Amino acid sequence: MQYVLLIYENEARWGTQSPAEQQAMFAEYRAFTESIAKSGHYKGGEALQPTTTATTVRVRDGKTLASDGPFAETKEQLGGFYLVEAANLDEATAMAARIPGARSGCIEVRPILPTK
Amino acid sequence: MTPEQIEALFSRDAGDLRRRALATLIRLLGDFDLAEEVLHDAIAIAIAVWAREGEPRNPSAWLVSTGRRKAIDRLRRARRFDALEARGLLDPMPPETSGPSPNGQFEAPTPDHPDATTADAWPDDRLRLIFTCCHPALALEARVALTLRTVGGLGSDEIARAFVLPVATLQQRLVRAKAKIRDAGIPYREPEAHELAERLDGVLAVLYLIFNEGYSPSAGQEVTDINLCAEAIRLTRLLTELGTGSEFREARGLLALLLLQDSRRAARVSSDGEIVLLEDQDRALWNQDQIAEGLPLVDRVLGEGPAGSYAIQAAIAALHARARTPAATDWRQIAALYTLLAHRAPSPIVELNRAAAIAMAGDLDRGLLLLEALRAGGSLRGYHLLEAARADLLRRLDRRQEAADAYRAALSLARLAPERRFLERRLLEVTGESG
Repeated sequence: MQYVLLIYENEARWGTQSPAEQQAMFAEYRAFTESIAKSGHYKGGEALQPTTTATTVRVRDGKTLASDGPFAETKEQLGGFYLVEAANLDEATAMAARIPGARSGCIEVRPILPTK
Repeated sequence: MTPEQIEALFSRDAGDLRRRALATLIRLLGDFDLAEEVLHDAIAIAIAVWAREGEPRNPSAWLVSTGRRKAIDRLRRARRFDALEARGLLDPMPPETSGPSPNGQFEAPTPDHPDATTADAWPDDRLRLIFTCCHPALALEARVALTLRTVGGLGSDEIARAFVLPVATLQQRLVRAKAKIRDAGIPYREPEAHELAERLDGVLAVLYLIFNEGYSPSAGQEVTDINLCAEAIRLTRLLTELGTGSEFREARGLLALLLLQDSRRAARVSSDGEIVLLEDQDRALWNQDQIAEGLPLVDRVLGEGPAGSYAIQAAIAALHARARTPAATDWRQIAALYTLLAHRAPSPIVELNRAAAIAMAGDLDRGLLLLEALRAGGSLRGYHLLEAARADLLRRLDRRQEAADAYRAALSLARLAPERRFLERRLLEVTGESG
């Protein structure tokens, strides 16, 4: 089964970290990504730029409405994601728990809708 | 055997023939609903066939084989070949499920068939079932409903009545829970060693919740035909029978706690529906069978290593159970156990009970001091039992005016009728007038 692991973190925290702390964080993410790639679970994933770069698009009555910012103002923001292959939810959850962001923020684990 | 005798074999009280078969069918078919449907079919057939030919040597195996064949038939008729293949149902049955060939007929395993001779030919899938129904990915209310329905075998209408819910709501909860299991890929398995303690905590929390719902029903509760306390005890006992290793220590602790708490049930409420406090209860009404089962269990669990929170609470309940009269209660030991519990599983409620125990052990002033500290801390704001406890100690210290104020404060917070009546009676005692 394939799952998306959505990483939610308070992005304001990022700014308060020292360069050394940021480097350590990058290294942790790299190590995690490499390990799940090696085990064959990794199918994709990216870090996202902060929500200040986000634009939300809606189409209503044929009109395209673009507005600045993420779709909702929340305490924690979507900062990145992984697409993984896992045998079941427990395996996906175990992977999610290893993501560095899980310690300070949270990871949403959602199965993808399989196409026939 | 008569059809009635056979039907009795499948009743909830007769034991786990039905639940064992269901748990295995869920594993083989990978579908809760399909498993229930085909088991229902298999039982209908069993009632007819066994009356004619006698009970098979391995009834559980017979039910599972028959159910599995019915599932194949159903899926074929619905042209669900993808499902048949995905679940391995087109393959010959693996050795531990082998039985008569799927030729559309339902024969009982013959006496010289290997499966027919050993009752344990089938692995026991019930532990898998319990852990799956209590999976943390399911909402707590979904876990409760699914456990009572699938592990407990209770009817949806019975469960709905017990929780004062419309049946449709309860059924929706079950539908959503099974859909989540299917769509999110919740696996049907026992947890591995490294996660067992955590997952077991989750199961015990569900069982404890079921018990508490039966013990202290929500407002508006009426007498129902199922006994949630008895059900929680039955399920907890099953868990301790399935999991006997040291990792299941807390399950044994919970069983002891539930037995000892339940033993006092008949004495808790008077014939007019009034609350009877522990110190006023007629101890002759305490259930001695449950106490006789609970006390040695407490001793065993305490001897197994560092006590978990259920074990400590069970030990406290045991001290009450052992006291012939209120005066004989070892309050100092109880206070010490609450102190231990406060370290193990700290909470304001534990602090409240600890303060009360210290007071009952003879140090009323210290107990009151601790309650004042709790009150000042604000964590139990709005909790009427804190005010009631304060009022009680003030009453015992003969500080009647302050006690009256505290009872009034408790009354402003208490919701359930029997509790309000109790507080009003106390208020009358200390003032000579009603609030």
